[in-house]
Amino acid sequence: MYVFVVGGGKVGYFLSQVLVEEGHEVLVLEKDPARYDLISPDLGDVVMLGDGCELRTLHEAGMERADVVVAVTGDDEDNLVVCQMAKSHFKVKRTVARVNNPKNEAIFKQLGVDDTINSTRIIFSLLQQEVDVGELVPLSPLRRGDIEVVEAELTSDSPALNRAIRDIRLPGDTVVAAIIRNDQILLPSGTTELLEGDEVIALTRPPHALSLRELLTGAKAPSK
Amino acid sequence: MRLVILGCGRVGSMLAALMTREGHDVTIIDTNPSAFRRLPSGFSGNTVVGTGIDQECLQRSGIEQADGFVAVTNGDNRNIMAAQMARHVFHVPKVIARIYDPIRAQAYQELGIDTLCSTAIGSGVLQDYFLGRPFRSIEQYIGLCDLIARSVHGGQTEREGEGA
Repeated sequence: MYVFVVGGGKVGYFLSQVLVEEGHEVLVLEKDPARYDLISPDLGDVVMLGDGCELRTLHEAGMERADVVVAVTGDDEDNLVVCQMAKSHFKVKRTVARVNNPKNEAIFKQLGVDDTINSTRIIFSLLQQEVDVGELVPLSPLRRGDIEVVEAELTSDSPALNRAIRDIRLPGDTVVAAIIRNDQILLPSGTTELLEGDEVIALTRPPHALSLRELLTGAKAPSK
Repeated sequence: MRLVILGCGRVGSMLAALMTREGHDVTIIDTNPSAFRRLPSGFSGNTVVGTGIDQECLQRSGIEQADGFVAVTNGDNRNIMAAQMARHVFHVPKVIARIYDPIRAQAYQELGIDTLCSTAIGSGVLQDYFLGRPFRSIEQYIGLCDLIARSVHGGQTEREGEGA
């Protein structure tokens, strides 16, 4: 796979090292000469000095051959423009942008970026996995983000307690994928009963997350 | 009309002055509060401190009620992103971004964002001035972006045609 990385900061630098180790073809574009000098001894030919927002540079660097374009600079506007240029001018199939301001995530998707990485949200959901009990924990968004893998511990308040999965009213487009009970993973069927303390892992769409949480934890949605 | 201007540099502040003089309702945004010193004394519009690529900041500027939005910061990409937010998130009827890079201006024009490439206009005007030709229309000057964009796609080198 040919991966075209724009931005040779910490994220771009470590990402390209890993990609090279995994045997991928990688090009990192870095516009700051000082940063370029710092990383080029390690990365060699993989890194190129140039502005990833200049169409000329992207042509010279062969963006049209890229299977994936990853924009990981510290500036959201630059990451957006790189991905849009990759799509509209170079017909790159998949673009991934780092989002520095979490509020920009939805806008990036709306404006045609395929995938976004939002470190604020990733760290936040990792923290939630540690601290929240009786909450619905987002484990991972699946590709394109309209399906999420979530987890919740079944509480004694849950309306689903001691009932078979086929008898509870799951919100639309929600599937119970696995149950962790006494450190064992169960792959449930319709007749599997949910017990207190079960860790329920489900696939759902974000609009249904609140009603799923209510079903599993008994917690009412906070009124705004 | 109600106009939101992003960037209180020379163009932004002058446009704000021209529009308020004709009685229009202007809000101007800049990250740097000292940029507002460029506004005329007794400026009747509103000023908002913040970055134009943040939804909340745009909302504070009243963009939801605006008839027009123009992005004239000194960052091409910031102007592009802000203009797209104004257009696609806030559905402002008239949106334009000033873009220095003719190639990017052309690319976003093709993507349906109105762009004002002051580089193309300035160099076209200068060419007509020196060759003693009548001045062309704005559209014709903006069309020069296409010429530059094509030369890149045609695979010519950077130096060709620049002439020292």
